[in-house]
Amino acid sequence: MAIYLTQESKVLVQGMTGAEGMKHTRRMLQAGTNVVGGVNPRKAGRTVDFDDRAVPVFGSVREGIEATGADVTVVFVPPAFAKAAVIEAADAGIGLAVVITEGIPVHDAVAFHAYARARGTRIIGPNCPGLITPGQSNAGIIPADITKPGRIGLVSKSGTLTYQLMYELRDIGFSTCVGIGGDPVIGTTHIDCLAAFQDDPDTDLIVLIGEIGGDAEERAAAYVRDHVTKPVVAYIAGFTAPEGKTMGHAGAIVSGSSGTAQAKKEALEAAGVAVGSTPTETARLVLARLDSER
Amino acid sequence: MDLYEHQARELFEEYGILVPKAEVTDSPTGARESARRLGGRVVVKAQVKTGGRGKAGGVKLAADPAAAELTARQILGMDIKGHTVHKVMLAQPVDIDGEFYVSYVLDRASGSFLAIASAEGGMEIEEVAATRPEAVARIPIDPAEGVTTAKAAQIAEAGGLPPQTVDVLVRLWQVLTREDALLVEVNPLVRTAQGQILALDGKVTLDDNARFRQSRWGSEPTEHDEDPLEAAAAAKGLNYVKLDGEVGIIGNGAGLVMSTLDVVAGCSARPANFLDIGGGASAQVMADGLSVILSDPAVKSVFVNVFGGITACDAVADGIVQALDSVHLTKPLVVRLDGNNAVRGRAILDGRAHPLVQQATTMDGAARRAAALANATAGSAGVAGTASISGS
Repeated sequence: MAIYLTQESKVLVQGMTGAEGMKHTRRMLQAGTNVVGGVNPRKAGRTVDFDDRAVPVFGSVREGIEATGADVTVVFVPPAFAKAAVIEAADAGIGLAVVITEGIPVHDAVAFHAYARARGTRIIGPNCPGLITPGQSNAGIIPADITKPGRIGLVSKSGTLTYQLMYELRDIGFSTCVGIGGDPVIGTTHIDCLAAFQDDPDTDLIVLIGEIGGDAEERAAAYVRDHVTKPVVAYIAGFTAPEGKTMGHAGAIVSGSSGTAQAKKEALEAAGVAVGSTPTETARLVLARLDSER
Repeated sequence: MDLYEHQARELFEEYGILVPKAEVTDSPTGARESARRLGGRVVVKAQVKTGGRGKAGGVKLAADPAAAELTARQILGMDIKGHTVHKVMLAQPVDIDGEFYVSYVLDRASGSFLAIASAEGGMEIEEVAATRPEAVARIPIDPAEGVTTAKAAQIAEAGGLPPQTVDVLVRLWQVLTREDALLVEVNPLVRTAQGQILALDGKVTLDDNARFRQSRWGSEPTEHDEDPLEAAAAAKGLNYVKLDGEVGIIGNGAGLVMSTLDVVAGCSARPANFLDIGGGASAQVMADGLSVILSDPAVKSVFVNVFGGITACDAVADGIVQALDSVHLTKPLVVRLDGNNAVRGRAILDGRAHPLVQQATTMDGAARRAAALANATAGSAGVAGTASISGS
């Protein structure tokens, strides 16, 4: 089962013929992803060889869907063209658009989120590492060889912290890991993933990784309290980040009294979520919870 | 990027919004001349990118040009919440008949913009919002439609603003969208005794991601450039923030680096900086980052924390070796490499066998080691007492 992405998923890559697109399409294929095509109007009709597989290039997302039945697109196009790419994908009726591109103007993200929402297209990202269902499919840039299939679901704002936790818990394995991205405006939220993992019969425990900025973790805490019966273990980064300084992620900025790591930790703990003080301790909390569930 | 008040004022004026007549200067004598041109009596306002200027003594009325010079002399060079005042704006005073609050702000929860409007501008709007939320209207904006005249009328009515503000509300939305702003705030928006609607003070935050299509502010130095280390890092394209501690930090990925700062702080030491070398970093980026951190005199030890996802640990190790060959290392380096090509990376560092470089197998263990080294070098038992800057 897993969430959002399975071995049945047929994946298009928008921007496949660029340097990043080529590199990661190869990695996705190596991880077992069913990449059915790339999209580039200037290279339509050609095929691109990845090791032993020839992947066709379509002129549009619509053509790609008509030819292959694709239901997922991974977007690698540069920031200036990302809005048009997502709107094209939503217009073509794609179910899931995973937007890896970093540095998309916020007004563009606001516009394409509203557009996609109205057409029933789920967006993950932007500025995210994508998602992986180990052993089945990988849509994005998460390294596939860190861990194996298992029964932990993971949702995270941060790419490298996702990898770190996957590595700490590599012997347990994961159902699906979703990197939702660190931008101020994102498509799929912590809450969306919590709801999906709660309903996923292949997920026993949920790891939630957050960081300073905004109030997504506080809202996620309220959601856990009211709707999630599976155990949730969390980690929050940014306790030492000073107010008013942007720490890399556009969304990771503390302004005034809101968005602090301490406030998020307290909200989560009040909802019954165990919160680790380091990634390693978080992994230990996961192991302890899994042991006590047995 | 936040704009200074005087930049926001110019922007508003360009979009046809009435603002007070004003001039900007960096010298007391310039203030005197500006005051004379503006009619003598002026408000002298510190230009800093932080709130609370008034309380800090950064906004004062001057009765005549001589007083303006004296006041500017007091305000220039003043420190307001860590921001040095380099410029003052001198503005004609306005006869105020009513004060309002209006802003367009990004609402993360809905993923779109909100209009916030209140008839109680001019004071602490956060306090009004907290104590009497009914006095502050919050109206979501459909991104596809934006703020039309009809929408602006709805915002004005909801916030209790006079109907004459509708035109300003439409123009402020144009500022937000055409300038790629994340925040446009006018507080106060005033009605003058003559019945005009005028933006008395404004705050505009621009989206750094949109710089590629917004050339207007491209050459403006940001405040980061005031710190020499941040300027050096910016020149090399590094994502670096200077902090107050002794343990230099380099890692890959914003989340992991933030986490690294926290783990070091948890070991009774203070991080000296945030430095994210990003995904897929090359040896050169690693070497550049290390050289910036080693040039910080406050740094007593350095913790390199890399989880190779896309980044290859052997490239990181090559970068460290490259830096070791070009700078004379006097501070201990603790390196933790895991993930993509970690074995090869560790072997490269073992091969270099520098006496001041040690490797650790876990993130927590490496943090403890780097913290202990910094505290030993600092030679003070007092550091532990100051380490608890988290959670404030």
